[in-house]
Amino acid sequence: MDQAVVAQDIKRSDLLEMYFYLRLTRSLEDRITALYRQGRIVGGVYTSHGMEAIAVGYASALQPNDVIAPFHRDMGAFLIRGFSPGEIIAQYLGKQAGPTKGKDGNVHMGDLKRGVIGFVSHLADNMPVAAGAALAFKIRGESRVAFAGTGDGGTSRGDFHEAMNFAAVRKLPVVFFCTNNQYAYSTPVRYQMAITDVVERAKGYGMPGEIVDGNDVAAVYLASGRAIAKARSGEGPTFLEFKTMRMHGHSAHDAATYVPSTLLDDWKTKDPILRAEQLLMQLGYGDESYFHEVGERAKKEVEAGTEFAERSPLPEGQETLVGVFATEDEVLP
Amino acid sequence: MTTATATQETQTTYVDAISQALDEEMSRDERVFLMGEDIGAYGGAFKVTEGFLKKYGEWRVLDTPLSESGFVGAAIGAAMMGLRPVVEMQFADFISCAFDQITEVAAKNHYRWGAAVPLVIRAPFGGGVHGGPFHSECPEGWFFHSPGLKIVAPSTPYDAKGLLKAAIRNPNPVLYFEHKFLYRRIKAILPQEEYIVPLGKADVKRPGRDMSLITYGAMVHLALEAAEVLQQEGIELEVVDLRTLIPLDKETLYASVRKTSKAIILHEDNKTGGIGAEISALLTEECFDCLDGPILRIAPPDTPVPFSTPLEEFFLPKVSDIVAGARKLAAY
Repeated sequence: MDQAVVAQDIKRSDLLEMYFYLRLTRSLEDRITALYRQGRIVGGVYTSHGMEAIAVGYASALQPNDVIAPFHRDMGAFLIRGFSPGEIIAQYLGKQAGPTKGKDGNVHMGDLKRGVIGFVSHLADNMPVAAGAALAFKIRGESRVAFAGTGDGGTSRGDFHEAMNFAAVRKLPVVFFCTNNQYAYSTPVRYQMAITDVVERAKGYGMPGEIVDGNDVAAVYLASGRAIAKARSGEGPTFLEFKTMRMHGHSAHDAATYVPSTLLDDWKTKDPILRAEQLLMQLGYGDESYFHEVGERAKKEVEAGTEFAERSPLPEGQETLVGVFATEDEVLP
Repeated sequence: MTTATATQETQTTYVDAISQALDEEMSRDERVFLMGEDIGAYGGAFKVTEGFLKKYGEWRVLDTPLSESGFVGAAIGAAMMGLRPVVEMQFADFISCAFDQITEVAAKNHYRWGAAVPLVIRAPFGGGVHGGPFHSECPEGWFFHSPGLKIVAPSTPYDAKGLLKAAIRNPNPVLYFEHKFLYRRIKAILPQEEYIVPLGKADVKRPGRDMSLITYGAMVHLALEAAEVLQQEGIELEVVDLRTLIPLDKETLYASVRKTSKAIILHEDNKTGGIGAEISALLTEECFDCLDGPILRIAPPDTPVPFSTPLEEFFLPKVSDIVAGARKLAAY
């Protein structure tokens, strides 16, 4: 079906807000990459460039009290959950004002009060964790949903399969997704699995699955919304495969010479921001000058965030010793 | 006769003490729930949760698929949402399947991003039950080296109950190693009223002036037997039961060694890189001036736990090993 016809089901204000978050994500991650190239950010930089529609789409489809365990290319989810560009850049700079106060770097951040479970490098580790959050919702009879995902490579790990199985057996209110961006670091999907579509994996667990155009924010939003509604109504988990392409190396240091350039050229034409603009124009929701104005607004936020992050102090060395253990008042009620 | 019967009736086994702690905490706090393999209708491989399914229902006594990593991960998620999961490992050996979730997720979440994980993992550990290499392990050493976890290993019914209740009320991930050799072999009369044994407090199970024997778990009973033998020879052994491995009660250890000037560390886990090595290093650093002899370690050889009776008997520390060690140390 025509993209614009399908997207008519989405409120205009919601689509425009998603467009803003696409631009904000792009601006923020471009800035983070620039700071890395200038040597001001140390450590890894993993961005969602060219894949922004996935996190923006699914995070927009969730309710504020739902819980997200993001993939490491889901910057939009953090922004939608209220992590400011300033906090996020502070995190990358190892500053006190970052969500982990310098204890961890880059996308390894989370905050239970904002319903975001901190990312773990061991891919798919947070999928059973999200299933457990959903279990808590089910045990307490709450109308809440957990949303968690990994990449194509992460679906090879046991934790992915154990989470899928457990969630399906207990019909937990969780939605699992895979960001299939065709490469896990340098390994193409064909060396990761003997199937073409990751969604095939869901069948073995008796779980419904859907392939979604991951570069179409409206498609991601609608498919996520359907899966979330099912989970919320007690029908159990769904698996979503977001098809996309990683448009750069695994991290900012990786030139990704192992990816055929024709593949990248092809996917450049499917850029999620470009796609969103085409959609908004078709629907009569925006034009070039509006897009320009939104882009400037996003840039301004990132500018202010950068200033804030650079001004904020680094932690003192002895902060290393703080926080290994929790106190009772930190347990969620 | 009548008195004896009455006493027997009020004695509680180590395994029943664990069941009582779970039952009391589940009654007290509706956030507490159980997860594990075969813990529901079957009541658990060691029957710790027998009758619990009927009393608390299937969402508080949750049978899981055979997937230790998956259900420990799920327990972490539920704990972060404010529930108080108590996970049962069918055997402590299987905890290796969940190693990543325990050390990378549960142990680091609070340090990294401030998320409390109030989780208890019960793990029946230890040998002497003809379990062989996959049903006899003492895996506590793997986790002892992993910041962010608390580790408990009780030796008596009193401690087993009081420490499990404390573990459930703790806002951190606690590994609770219960010794399956002790399950039905030891009994004690427990207080009628509710009590807690706080984490991080060692207990001097037998005072003595000549040397300190530091141990935990089933080895405490071996040490107490050895102390009886040594007393005949005029050697007074002080038996210090660690009870909690993390946080380690260093003050009690140092106080004991400063008094006796001699130390033996006994454990059932392999010798190399074990908890004994760490305690030995601590005592050297902190009590060097008052030591009158070398710090000895008594522990099994660096092999898997073998199956066949003579092999397992050879593997496990014996009273005679302790007596021999104590005699050697007494000569200094």
